[in-house]
Amino acid sequence: MNLLLLILIPLFTAIAILLMPGKASVRWMALIGSVVQLFASLNLYVAFKNTKGVEQFAFEQQHNWFPNWGISFHIGVDGIAVSMILLTAFVVIAGVLVSWNVEKMVKEFYFLLILLSLGAYGFFISLDLFVLFFFLEVAVIPKFLLIGIWGSGKKEYAANKLALLLMLGSALVLVGMLGTYFGTGLKTFDLIALSKSPIAHEVQKMCFPLLFVGFGIFTALFPFHTWVPDGHSSAPTAGSMFLAGISMKLGGYGCLRVATYLMPDGAKEYSHIIIVLASIAILYGAFATMMQKDFKYINAYSSVSHCGFVLLGIGMLTKTAITGAVMQMVSHGLMTALFFAVIGMIYERTHTRQVNEMGGLLKTMPFISTILFIVGLCSLGLPGLSGFAAEMTIFVGSWQNTDAFHRIATIIACMSIVVTAVYILRAIGKVAMGPVKESYEVLTDANWYEKTAAIILLVGILAIGLAPMWLSDLVTPGAEIIMQKITSVK
Amino acid sequence: MPNTTYILLIVLLPLVAFVLLGLFGRKYFNRSSGIIATMLLLVSTVLAFYTAYGYFFQYGKVNGVYQKIIVFKYTWLSFSEGMSIDMGAILDPITAMMLIVVPFISLMVHIYSLSYLKGEKRFATYYAFLGLFTFSMLGLILSTNIFQMYFFWELVGVSSFLLIGFYYDKPSAVAACKKAFIVTRFADLGFLIGILILSFHAESFDFDAIVHNLSARGNSSFAPSLFGISALSWGVALVFIGGAGKSAMFPLHIWLPDAMEGPTPVSALIHAATMVVAGVFLVARLFPLFSISQPVMHLIAYIGAFSALFAAIIACTQTDIKRVLAYSTMSQIGFMMFALGVANTENSLGFTASMFHLFTHAMFKALLFLGAGAVIHFVHSNEMKDMGGLRKHLPITHITFLVACLAIAGIPPFAGFFSKEEILMAAFEHNKIVFYIAIFTSAFTAFYMFRLYFKIFWNKEAQLHGEHHGEGGFAMMLPLVILAVAACSAGFLPFGNFVSADGHPLHSELHFTFSIAPVVLAFLGIFAALWLYKNETGKSTKLANSLNGLYKAAYHKFYIDEIYIFVTQKIIFNLIAKPAAWIDKNIVDGLVNATGDGTGLVSEKIKGLQSGKVQQYAVYFLVGVIGLAALFIYLWK
Repeated sequence: MNLLLLILIPLFTAIAILLMPGKASVRWMALIGSVVQLFASLNLYVAFKNTKGVEQFAFEQQHNWFPNWGISFHIGVDGIAVSMILLTAFVVIAGVLVSWNVEKMVKEFYFLLILLSLGAYGFFISLDLFVLFFFLEVAVIPKFLLIGIWGSGKKEYAANKLALLLMLGSALVLVGMLGTYFGTGLKTFDLIALSKSPIAHEVQKMCFPLLFVGFGIFTALFPFHTWVPDGHSSAPTAGSMFLAGISMKLGGYGCLRVATYLMPDGAKEYSHIIIVLASIAILYGAFATMMQKDFKYINAYSSVSHCGFVLLGIGMLTKTAITGAVMQMVSHGLMTALFFAVIGMIYERTHTRQVNEMGGLLKTMPFISTILFIVGLCSLGLPGLSGFAAEMTIFVGSWQNTDAFHRIATIIACMSIVVTAVYILRAIGKVAMGPVKESYEVLTDANWYEKTAAIILLVGILAIGLAPMWLSDLVTPGAEIIMQKITSVK
Repeated sequence: MPNTTYILLIVLLPLVAFVLLGLFGRKYFNRSSGIIATMLLLVSTVLAFYTAYGYFFQYGKVNGVYQKIIVFKYTWLSFSEGMSIDMGAILDPITAMMLIVVPFISLMVHIYSLSYLKGEKRFATYYAFLGLFTFSMLGLILSTNIFQMYFFWELVGVSSFLLIGFYYDKPSAVAACKKAFIVTRFADLGFLIGILILSFHAESFDFDAIVHNLSARGNSSFAPSLFGISALSWGVALVFIGGAGKSAMFPLHIWLPDAMEGPTPVSALIHAATMVVAGVFLVARLFPLFSISQPVMHLIAYIGAFSALFAAIIACTQTDIKRVLAYSTMSQIGFMMFALGVANTENSLGFTASMFHLFTHAMFKALLFLGAGAVIHFVHSNEMKDMGGLRKHLPITHITFLVACLAIAGIPPFAGFFSKEEILMAAFEHNKIVFYIAIFTSAFTAFYMFRLYFKIFWNKEAQLHGEHHGEGGFAMMLPLVILAVAACSAGFLPFGNFVSADGHPLHSELHFTFSIAPVVLAFLGIFAALWLYKNETGKSTKLANSLNGLYKAAYHKFYIDEIYIFVTQKIIFNLIAKPAAWIDKNIVDGLVNATGDGTGLVSEKIKGLQSGKVQQYAVYFLVGVIGLAALFIYLWK
């Protein structure tokens, strides 16, 4: 399969959206484009499964771009990238569908959504640091506009905060990349070329923290996570979905693909710090969630906690834990996107996001409330839904480290399953259960596009939750190669 | 060897009911969904009975010893070499025994609910949840792998949550379902860490492999670890915490009485007969491992015995009939638990006795709850003060309830007598303290059960208001009669021949002389209840007053709930969660904002430098040149 398709489909969709005459045709164009992209992604998965004898990256292609500076348009995928692409494709369709009733500047809105997805696809397939960075920026800028224009609440503040913190992340990544570029003396940005030659210890010691923190900011690394609650709560529904479902995964993927893979030495050196920060994020994020009253803040803080698992899995440096981290990224992406979609649907009807003001929605909105139950149960790690498989893989992988430090960190992470249950049940109990408010008697249940969006994401959650083996098999070889590099370090 | 397909069908048919009714039931066939679910479960029950029969009488025994048979197994999620979650089905004596209990009680409850919940708007949803529960419980008992058990363990937890909260618009039901889930989740944390510890040392999640690898002497898990306690002991103790949470052992019992907010048939199925004994089942499943760690076995024995007595005392004072039954469930599970705690591999009478009691208890406790349901159905209240003299209105319920009371009180020849005697015998041989607690508790058991019985069916005539339509339909009476027959006859099973710790038949005889004391005590309890409660005399109030402090403490369930509320609200909420949220908003985010504001401030201050005035720039230039010149002169010198 030609990987360029993954960039070209969203590119043409975005151009076509600009050419469309009316609102309806814009929506349908975006939907068609994202459905085509989903099929392309599924096709990629099948094709990838059928490739035999590929060393690491499949469907590689390389075109000269700036040969003088060692930059080439080099793309290719491994299992980890394929799983991220699948995630993106699911979230994009759902995001396009739940935005069906956006009336303000529809054309621009969908254009930015598709552009954002283009950046994400490009990011996941690049094998050249410069190309990767280019797409990372493509994915950041639209977010600023999405929040600033279509957002709500203190949207300017949130948009600025998010953009500035993510820019700080990008800047750190850029410095780290340049450090690698000059430090190795290879004068190349090519990921594979860089990975083949050992990078000097001093360079790793300098550049690893820059790259890891830079990407970490995207995935809510403590203490740089505060853009998450404000950004999510001000963003439009689809914006929150993309932010949590896709953007936060760019960071996790970067931490793994660039920082850890290129600099195993640095990863080993700093793994303790990563684990401490991740453990704080997991438990402290969960406790902070308990006190939130705004539904979007609840899910945003819970994302901080759940993304802590991703970083914890990476920091644990075992094959199983890294596999678990990637599974957690996919699982969390689907789950949070669905959670934000549901919150958006509820907000559309009740015009409030304060959980204390709601009650008894199960009676008037059975479909939406049922989805809320399912996604809440997924968030607290119920078996049969995606969260369980991912979290258990991380726990088992973490436990393979035998020293007390790793054990205590794992136990702290395990403790979050209780705290998560507390805040999820509290929110669901307040919103969906309890006596029905009189003014809510007239509210209607989900429309066709909301139902379709929810079902699409639910299919993904169940596909991982009921039979996680396919995902684990897809990711493990990639994790294994990263681990080989780490174990080869003395 | 049994055929794989039909074992799979036993488990999957209730799941089919769940999916079918959950997706389409409410819209398309709400009224007939009960029949559909019951029919599916009937098929599943027949297959389960057939399997159990086949196991016990045809292929289970090889050279007189019951074997563990792995019927099938496939890898669900693999972590690394040898470490994988497998989904499979095992057949061994305790699973085969549970294959009789779970589908049978579930079927009774399905039939009973046809009439009990008639006219309920969410009839299909109710049956869907029952299907989910039955599926999960069957998955749990068939588990070959400790992670598989954890998987289904969580699923039964969530089905219990959904069913307790079935009347979701009642705030008390919402609070109860949350409490049940969170308390058991807290216990499951122990279970999960226990799994991690045990599987790490055993290098497998497979029950067989764990038991086999860890019982080999010289294994790494025997080395002392944290606090000088071996990893094995830590592992099994943590796993036991998980079991104690599900089985409502002190101090993790607080969710069970509140769980009575659910529909009564649900209480019969989940919170009396099946799910709450999962903890006992878990300890039994890992029995060879538990029995290596003597300290943990003692812990189990004492926690079980204490819970039994503690719950029995509270049960004497409660006025909500379902709560009385809930505490009696806790007390009876305490019996099963300490019976396991006093057993070991050399003398496993306690093991057999515990399983026997699990079996008989399922029958008579389900009967008690369904009987209580019939009573509640009739008087529309859970409170004893609204009842009395109902024997004339509810004759069938009355007789079956009496049978169940006699069974739980341990009066021969009813089922409870046989199993309780075996438990007492096991305790007598191993641990005298536990034995005395237990025999004392048996007297209490008889007392509070007959207090309940007399208050419902005798005593003063209830003031009946409104419409009362007799005993409920045939669908409600049939399960009562069937269960009553089971409660009369289950005790005569030669249980030791079938279920024992090592598969060898275990012959236990009842010693007539040994039985005298417990039976006499039970009769004493009954007579005390008869004297106090058969007629409204005011003697009971006097007694309560004379026991002032103790009565009050027991009535308020020894203030355990209040302690929990103090810990969760005052300590966890106020001292951890609130500060965490505050720190995040003010300190962590404050720093981010301060950085932003600081940058803004600095640029605000220095923006005047870029004034666009050429004269000003010329001054800066001059100052710069002089400065540089000074610097160079200084350096050059």
